[in-house]
Amino acid sequence: MSSNILQLGAGHAHGADSEEHSLSVERLSMAFPHDGRLLVALEGVSLEVEQGELVCIVGASGSGKSTLLNILAGLDEPTSGRGHVHGRVALMFQEAALLPWLTAAGNVELALELRGVKRSERRDMARELLNRVHLAGFEKRLPHELSGGMKQRVALARALAQDADVLLMDEPFGALDAITRDRLHEELERIWTETGLTILFVTHNAREAVRLGDRVLVFTSRPGRVGHEVKVDLPRPRSLDSPELAVIAGRITDRLKHEMTI
Amino acid sequence: MATELAADLSSVDAVETAPRPSGFPLRRVWAGLWPKLAAAALLLAVWQAVVWSGWKPDYVLPGPGPVFKRLAQDFSNVNFDLGVAITLRRALIGYATAVAIGSALGILVARVAVLRKAIGSAILGLQSMPSIAWFPLAILLFGLNETAIFFVVILGAAPAIAGGLLSGVDHVQPILVRVGHVMGARGLNLYRYVILPAALPSFVGGLKQGWAFAWRSLMAGEIIGIVGHQVSLGQQIQFARDFSDTEQLLAIIVVIFVIGVVIDSLFGVLDRGIRRRWGLLGEGA
Repeated sequence: MSSNILQLGAGHAHGADSEEHSLSVERLSMAFPHDGRLLVALEGVSLEVEQGELVCIVGASGSGKSTLLNILAGLDEPTSGRGHVHGRVALMFQEAALLPWLTAAGNVELALELRGVKRSERRDMARELLNRVHLAGFEKRLPHELSGGMKQRVALARALAQDADVLLMDEPFGALDAITRDRLHEELERIWTETGLTILFVTHNAREAVRLGDRVLVFTSRPGRVGHEVKVDLPRPRSLDSPELAVIAGRITDRLKHEMTI
Repeated sequence: MATELAADLSSVDAVETAPRPSGFPLRRVWAGLWPKLAAAALLLAVWQAVVWSGWKPDYVLPGPGPVFKRLAQDFSNVNFDLGVAITLRRALIGYATAVAIGSALGILVARVAVLRKAIGSAILGLQSMPSIAWFPLAILLFGLNETAIFFVVILGAAPAIAGGLLSGVDHVQPILVRVGHVMGARGLNLYRYVILPAALPSFVGGLKQGWAFAWRSLMAGEIIGIVGHQVSLGQQIQFARDFSDTEQLLAIIVVIFVIGVVIDSLFGVLDRGIRRRWGLLGEGA
């Protein structure tokens, strides 16, 4: 395939940048016209994520978190400032957004094909990727024959198939039940450890953010901005039910509530 | 550990997954078939009842018995079979051309914003236009020949096909397009891998409707336009009228109806297959 596909998501990659930062956002603002007025979704957002880091952004809905990810994925252009991803980027949504006419393996294979992987190698690679998210044996299932958790696993395998350096996740487990979500946290953590991916994970759930993140960035609402940063030093793997985690999550939730009353 | 977890997972997820529809294929075919057979039987009964009521004399409105006897004779008549073949050939060529033109038009209008604004609504408008209204113009343009008939058939079917494709492209879930973008599918690749497959169910709907329009337009064209010395079905119906031969007339109507229904049900099978694959059928449907 052509080389511009290999440059996927690197649309912002112009000029030199600091080597250790896998992802950086500088004074980024985004405004939409809405109801005849200008709605400022993001204002002067600056943040940096180091290579191999797992950073969570937590914020109320409407705080522009998704907008930020869309900009970083190259789907939208910011009004001002810049967002830069070093290397290739993959994006996961709250919905699995699998192509409904392709099997689980077909969805993964398409990502491989668009990345330029040779036909002869795709099948084995897809099988291996699905195996990695514990979906061995489900290769031939169509999306509508899979449960919500399994669909997100396929979406994760598809994101991995893109061989991205940075994985952006937009509330990917938001619609799942607690047990499934807990399992997927474990798997994401395992895959992150194995691959050394850089992950930016957006959620509105403070406990989920503390469960997963090396750092948690607390977003203010309307306009969205990084209001606060929490370093999470708890040993991994963490339990969602541990008191230490609950204490940190509680502090973050307080901040979020404080934000919303302003 | 990992395999244990996987086994555990599959057992949990298996509960959540809907079972595939099961049962003997024969029983399923019968389940789909008997209401149709019952409807046909009812229709024949009503027909026969009207004939027996003496509303019209036998030679004006014959009953199903004589008509089907006549039909059996017709099939051993070479000219009749030739007529069916001529009509089917025209339907096939006209429809295939309409599919090609309609698809190309649909994609072009979907892709080019100016074209969309210019003729997007005109295509919808053409769909509701009875294509036989074009026939007088077609005769003047092409003469009384097959080209004129094809012209009418294509004008009848192509807008429906283009419209189906267009509405399919319009209603692709935006999130699938975004996913395609993120995976690196741009331009033509985005169409090939995401948009066109997503639009397929709607496109097949357009193909089905296009067929109905093509078949109608062809019949209208054949009845009005006697082309050369060919004995197409439409012409035979017209001859039967001229000779007040209602037995023959009804026999041909049965043939036209059966051809229409058979092809329509083929589209139905295709349509359901695609909807099932795309996950668009509700459970138990």
